[in-house]
Amino acid sequence: MTVSAAHGLMASLRVHGRDVSAERATLDRLAAWAGQFTSMVSPTPPQALLLEVEGSRRLFGGLDRLREGVRQGLAELGYHARLALAPTPLGAAWLARAGGEPCITDRDALVGALSALPLACLELPGKQHDALAAMGVRRLGDCLRLPRDGLTRRLGPELLRRLDRALGRHPDPRPPFVAPPVFNARLLLPAPLDNAEALLFPLRRLLLELSGFLKSRALGAQSLRFGLHHSKAATTELVLDLVAPSCDAQHLTALLRERLERVILPEPVEEVTLASTALRPAAARNLDFFAPERSPREARVLLLERLQVRLGRQAVHGLEAVAEHRPERAWRYTDPGTPGGKAVFSNRPLWLLPEPLKLGMQQDRLILDGVLSLGCERERIESGWWDGQDVARDYFIARNPRGACFWVFRELTAGGDWFLHGIFS
Amino acid sequence: MSLQDLMQRADLWRGDTAPPFAASLPTGFPALDAVLPGGGWPQRALTEILLPHEGIGELRLLLPALARLSRGDRWLALVAPPHIPYAPALASAGVELSRVLLVHPRASGDGLWAVEQSLRAGSCAAVLAWPATLDSRALRRLQLAAEAGGSWGVLFGHERLAASSSPAALRLRLAPRASGLDIHILKRRGGWPAGPVSLEVDHALAMPAPAASGDRGIYPRQPSA
Repeated sequence: MTVSAAHGLMASLRVHGRDVSAERATLDRLAAWAGQFTSMVSPTPPQALLLEVEGSRRLFGGLDRLREGVRQGLAELGYHARLALAPTPLGAAWLARAGGEPCITDRDALVGALSALPLACLELPGKQHDALAAMGVRRLGDCLRLPRDGLTRRLGPELLRRLDRALGRHPDPRPPFVAPPVFNARLLLPAPLDNAEALLFPLRRLLLELSGFLKSRALGAQSLRFGLHHSKAATTELVLDLVAPSCDAQHLTALLRERLERVILPEPVEEVTLASTALRPAAARNLDFFAPERSPREARVLLLERLQVRLGRQAVHGLEAVAEHRPERAWRYTDPGTPGGKAVFSNRPLWLLPEPLKLGMQQDRLILDGVLSLGCERERIESGWWDGQDVARDYFIARNPRGACFWVFRELTAGGDWFLHGIFS
Repeated sequence: MSLQDLMQRADLWRGDTAPPFAASLPTGFPALDAVLPGGGWPQRALTEILLPHEGIGELRLLLPALARLSRGDRWLALVAPPHIPYAPALASAGVELSRVLLVHPRASGDGLWAVEQSLRAGSCAAVLAWPATLDSRALRRLQLAAEAGGSWGVLFGHERLAASSSPAALRLRLAPRASGLDIHILKRRGGWPAGPVSLEVDHALAMPAPAASGDRGIYPRQPSA
């Protein structure tokens, strides 16, 4: 039917041009994603993807579960597929094209199933198709019943060769798909989105694609770069940096959700992209059914990443004790989870003030919510002459009438002022 | 609504399946363990600690339990602590510093979020927080998060909150004593309010005696210049 004829039938028809290169790119991305199911994937343009799954049957717990996994995964990515299973690649492709979803595992059943297929499935050149149709051949089975040498003489050797490949009488090697070294994917949104949280849905599809890509190569991504493209404004970029490489789509989606809550869009988003270049080997995990889902270390990292993504990297710290006399230098912030050092001195307060606080005095008495009484133990700390930050102080434990305990010191230099430095909480 | 639907609800309390004394953590103070249900801090639940002002031993009360938890494989999270948690003091109390996680949210709404996430994540053994205010809806969320994540949530608050109700499994009010703490149990699961229990929480420290006589203190002296 011509376009004008179609418009004549339906005035509201909208016509979109077919983008062959986009189709090809999509097929390649799906091939990279499908690598998680088998190492042997072969995209067959325009619309077929061949997976050699014999070797993966056991790993995925049988053909039915494998098929269900592929079907569900594709549905989550937003694709609908017809899954046909056969002992030969060509046979499977023809069966899928014919519209069925058979699961055929032996050769005899394959002959029966292929015989029933209409001739159009072979996708023969028009002349050959017409010649066969003129001979009264309607189905593949009719073709197989014809004498082989006669068929070759009339229609050339190619037809028989294809039939033999489909039936497994001839080898049919396929070039394996080689995934690109880095991940790059884009998704054109069906309608522009102006709500950042609504973007989670299309972006999740990209994350699922990334997850399949990473799993197939036993890699994890450590840095994800999202691009939110607008029609005029400059692209909004989101970067997720992870503590540990991950290929877990669920975890990545949760991180992204936190990040999206803070995004302010200058304009509606028309297209989203995801690139991940920092790929690292992911920690291998045995497929043990009874093993806990995540190791304790992984679980700790997951929380860390969630907190860091929402609050910022500088809002999450670990602690380290440093062997140093000066109290304000006897500790420092570290990355969470790093070994924390050893304590050298006892009798230290649990809270330290960021800066010593000068204490008020009243008639020779120190005042902090009442008159402070000092303990009799004095600890002299005199140190740091070598770096110009030297201190000379006498530290005491002090208590006010309301029962609170403090760590106070008196400067041994200039003026002898008293300061509050910590709280024994 | 059918019975089946009711059974699915998380907020339905079922007497036959909720062992109130399960999984508790010894406090390190036998006198306190004796009055707490299950003989220790309630795990998978919120504990509220109310006090008149800081510096009376409220953290030292938790230290033995925190030190023990830090030797496990989960975080000890401190969300928005009021001062710097001093690493040398924590380490000398036996706390494994590599398990300490400090979270400093800047926006106020993020504090509650961080506490809830940490409780729910399942990778925090304990979550300590110093919320300025908490309504009972927020507290209920945190209580559910603590149950879901199997985490011990500790909230410090001012003692004026003692009058309001709270879904926390354990509520304590602390009062300083001459040497140590009086602990009043305002609420405990599976028991009546009780108290006070008197504890010596600072045996390791040489604390000054309270200023009873008033004029005994010879410090501070002005430096004899």
